[in-house]
Order: sequence, then structure tokens, then C-alpha cells
Amino acid sequence: MYIKELTELNGVSGNEDEVREYIKKCIKELVDEISIDSMGNLIAFKKGKNSKYKVMLSAHMDEVGFMVTGFGESGVVKFATVGGIDERILPGKRVLVGEKNIPGVIGSKPVHMQEREERNVNIKLKKMYIDIGTDKREETEKLVSLGDYVAFYSPYTQFGEGLVKAKALDDRVGCAILIEALKERYEFDLYACFTVQEEVGLRGSEIAAYTVNPDIALVVEGTTCSDVPGVEKSEYSTVLGDGAALTIMDRTSYPSKNFVNYIFELAQKSKLSIQFKQTNSGGNDAGKIQMSRGGVVTASISVPCRYIHSPVSVMSEKDFNSCRDIVIAVLKDLGKNQQLIENMKRI
Amino acid sequence: MFDLIKRLTDSFGVSGNEEGIRETIINEIKNDIQEISVDTLGNLIAIKPGKGKKIMVAAHMDEIGVMATYIDEKGFIRFANIGGVSSFVSVGQKVRFKNGTIGAVFYEDKLEDMKNLKLSKMYIDIGAKDKNEAEKSVRIGDVACFMGDAVRQSDMVFSKAIDDRSGCAVLIKAIKELPQTDNEIYFVFTVQEELGLRGAKTAAYQLKPDMAIAVDVTATGDTPEAQLMEVKCGYGPAIKIKDRSIICHPEVKKLLEQSANNINIPYQYEVLEFGGSDPGAIHISAGGVPSGAISIPCRYVHSPVEAASLEDMENAVKLLVEAIK
Repeated sequence: MYIKELTELNGVSGNEDEVREYIKKCIKELVDEISIDSMGNLIAFKKGKNSKYKVMLSAHMDEVGFMVTGFGESGVVKFATVGGIDERILPGKRVLVGEKNIPGVIGSKPVHMQEREERNVNIKLKKMYIDIGTDKREETEKLVSLGDYVAFYSPYTQFGEGLVKAKALDDRVGCAILIEALKERYEFDLYACFTVQEEVGLRGSEIAAYTVNPDIALVVEGTTCSDVPGVEKSEYSTVLGDGAALTIMDRTSYPSKNFVNYIFELAQKSKLSIQFKQTNSGGNDAGKIQMSRGGVVTASISVPCRYIHSPVSVMSEKDFNSCRDIVIAVLKDLGKNQQLIENMKRI
Repeated sequence: MFDLIKRLTDSFGVSGNEEGIRETIINEIKNDIQEISVDTLGNLIAIKPGKGKKIMVAAHMDEIGVMATYIDEKGFIRFANIGGVSSFVSVGQKVRFKNGTIGAVFYEDKLEDMKNLKLSKMYIDIGAKDKNEAEKSVRIGDVACFMGDAVRQSDMVFSKAIDDRSGCAVLIKAIKELPQTDNEIYFVFTVQEELGLRGAKTAAYQLKPDMAIAVDVTATGDTPEAQLMEVKCGYGPAIKIKDRSIICHPEVKKLLEQSANNINIPYQYEVLEFGGSDPGAIHISAGGVPSGAISIPCRYVHSPVEAASLEDMENAVKLLVEAIK
């Protein structure tokens, strides 16, 4: 399924090299051309049998993580977050530091040493550090440099009834689905874009979309899933196990209604589970792609992930499968009815 | 002018759902301009061809509104905002869905302090008995606009969506009153301005104009205990100097000043310390476009009782025509 391999590689935003190399290896026999642009986006081209339209698939390779910002005299590493991370979950987490993947743990002042007032507030990022087991600054500096990336350490684990725990499901699930989709050949020209730096502001996709200049684009993502205790049902964004989640609107895009309705109906017709994402929060590459050049017909479909942006993201294999099957069904169907693409472009 | 404003503000056009208002505008201008097209995002582009300067004139068609996100067992609809919707302004308002379904917006009874009022604690009541009945009229993702029929009292008009149907009205009138000119003029009625100036960005990229002038509303400082701001209703259209999205190009600003002086209409300057508008997206599109804006002073922006002066709108038409001819 590629997900184990993909999620166990590290690719914090701006440092997607490992992930890119792995994807390149997986797809090189499947596509006609692979190019890597100046920011590091991997763009795989697969010629169509009848090439009138350009279809873009997009998934981002990067994940949230950290960067080394300094050292303490006792050898500890100071760090900053890269991408959106809830700092309250960090103390006690395992991480890998730098290119050599040096193991470390995120530490903070122990609870029994905290003043009464300190115990009642969340530990601030500034007060945390990464302990890599050294006890002198000089020793640490031999192993770690300023600016080194730090990733969560979290082996892929299957548990419960068809659930998976891993880090970086957002958006290695999308990467895995794009690889699967490339195993087929379609009528139109397909550009599978594995983008960089989504988590720091949808940066890679903006230039990838400009380069590809597609007629239509589908973004494949990992999205939030808040079907957990303490949240009102009316505020669930998606429900784990209810299938792939289709975005109606989020902070960065209001996807093409025609494309969204088409995907929803096709999924229902094909008996593939699909749900609408029910909140308007969050954002993804679709925002930049839709507004590229003169505007692009865009939609975004996702695998629901609980505890997203944490080392213990959880997804359901069923949801992953329906998302993959829907993406491939959409591509095949659009290939058969290319007039649909024209109609969607004309609103 | 009032009748035109009434037709335009009556039309449905919540951001991303501009089909209705687009039809209305096409009907208003189809006999006055030949080349009319709609692009991928839904921008309506009307072109007056010519060999001179390429000028883009923009007003956004969309209005703020709400989107259904969840329907509970009893048929009450939870919703999210589309664009800048204030929870306080929304309480007690009626909304109208695209299919005509009308709903009342209210908040959960258990709310103890009005300060904590949030859209997520509010709902739309469409009078349905249960979820099944509600779903016959409204689906998740359906959008609704606030209701606020246009009414006129002396020179003032009160209505929903004067932001920015007043700008659309100015463009429509300018199309009708434009004298013979060599300039190639793109009249663009943009989409999704309220979601982040989105339509204007892609339209400007396609058209690559030499210059752009947007017509939109601006806030005023002429109400009781208002935030300090120089702009007043009824004292003429405002020439934008800056807002949060743009510092207007000095040549465009100068052109608008000279044009206003030429035709001897009153005008004011606008320095808006919050909010952005279409020229913010246009001026950094397609390699850069010198951009400016004519603003209609408008009280209570983003409420169903937005208020503006008809004379300011008429003068904005004259100013625009003088500047682009």
C-alpha cells in the first residue's frame, strides 16, 4: 500500500528529499517523464491515449515537524515548529534529528519541580528542548547543526479493526493514492504532482500548477477528523470509516461545484463510500491551484485522519481504499467523457 | 439608479454562487456591449474593443452569506460563514437559500453572555418538523444570503449587498454612457471577492491590462461614535489611497483626481485601515498592473441594512466614464 514506507520516511517541509526519492523509485516504470522543479516538486507526466486535456493530480510530500534553532550548555537542542503543531502535545514525544536521524526525546521541566503556577498552564515551546543524550554543547554540535530538520518518530502500526496509526498520514496517503493512480493509463495527459511546502503555506503547488497549466485538477489529501469525545456531532468535520471526504469549501478554496457534485454522484453510483467534509476550516493546495493563471477547475478529496499533525495520526484502511478507488474511477470516467471537462470549464 | 440597485441587490449571488446575479447583469448589458464571456471561476467579462490603452474595470458580483454544514434530527441547520459575517449582526435575521427556502437565524438558549455568541452556537430554523423534512429543502453545502430588501429614503438607499452591487451598478451605467473611445475596456464583474479577492486575480491574469480601476464600497466615519475615518456618505465618491491589500498606484490616483476636477464633481479620499478589495489582487497579478479604485461610501457594510447615497453612485459613474474614456 506504500503507506508504511511513505510515513516512515521523513520529509518536513522544505526537506522532502527522502520522500521524493522513494516516490521516484516507485513510479519510474509507470510514467513517461519525471521532472523536478526548482522548489523540489516532483511532476510525473503520463501521456494520454487521446491528449486534448491536461489533468493534474496533486498530493503534498511534506509533513509538519521542527527545525533546530539553538543549543543549551547542557547539550540539549532548542527547536521551532515547521507547520501547524499543537505544542501542548509535544513533551515526551520521540523525534529524529538531522540527516543522520539521531534519536531524541522532547523534554521539559519535570512536574514535581514545577512551581504551583507553572503546573496550571501549558508548557511553552520555549521551555521545551530535545534531549539527544549528550551532556555538553560541544558534543551536541558535533552531531547536530543549526537549521537541521527534526521529524516525529512513529512507526506505522495497524490496530483495531482496520485502523492505522502513523505520523505524516497528511499527506502521504495522497502520495500513495497518486502512485496507485499512475498504474493505469488514461485518455488525457495526466500530470501527477507531488508538491513541497504545503504545510508552510501551499507554496510548492502554486508553482507546480503554473508550470502544468492544467484544465482540471484534483487534490488528494489527508484531512481532519474530529469524531471524538467532547466534540458536538454538529461540529464533526468528517467521520472515521464513513469513506473519502469531499470538500465543499474551506479557508483556501471553494472548489468547482460541478466537479464536486460530479465526484459525489459518481462515487454513489459506483457504490464507493463518500462523505462531505462538514466544516469550512483548514485549507490545502487546492486554494493555490484553483487560482493559478486564469483559473482552474479544482476539487479536493481526502482520507479522514484523527489527531492530524501529531505523531499518532489515525486513519481507516477502508477510507483510504474508497478514496483511492474514487480517484481512479473519476480519472477513468473523465477519460471516457472528455466533454465533461469542457463543460466544467465553462461553468 | 435606485431601480437598478433594487434589481441587482434582489439577485442571489453568495460568493462562489454568482449564477443568479451574473444572469441579471448579462440582461442589463447585453444590448449595450457585444463581447461578453464567462471564465472558469465564473467572472463575467464584457469587452469594449479598441486599439488604445487596455483598461480593466472591476466590481465584484458576490455577496456574503452562510453555508449549511449540518442538519440535526429536529431539522435545525448549523451553518458556517461565507465571507465576513458577524454573529451579532446575524441574530434575528432572515436568510434565503438559492431555491427560495427561507430561514430564521437564532442562537442556543443556554447562551448566558452575549459576548460569547459564536456562529457555531447558532442555527437556522426553516420551520421543518424534522431532519427528513429539512433535507427536502436544504442540503449540506447549500448557501443562503441575508434578506434585506432595498428601500429608498430621499438620497439614501438601505439594502443588503450594496457591497458591491453598487459597484456593479456603476459599471453597468458606465457601459451605457461610455462615449466613443480608442481604449480597449474590460468590464469585469468578479467572483469570490469576499473569500479573498479570488476572481479578480485570475481575471487580471487572463486580461493583462495596462491599468485597472475597481469600484467597491468603503467604510465611513460619519456615524455616532464611529472609528475615526474621513469618508462620509453623500460627499461624493472616494478615491482610494490605500487599504490592507493595496497602496494605489500614484498615476491611477492622479488620473482619478484630474477626472473628478475636469467634470467638477465632489470627491473624497479613502484611507481604509482594515479590509482589502479586488485591486489588491489585480495589482500583483500578471507581472503587475497599476491599479486604483473608486469607492462608494457605505455605512454598516456586511449587514442587511448597508446604507449608501444614490448621488455618490451617480457621481461615481461620471468619474469612471471620464477616467477611462
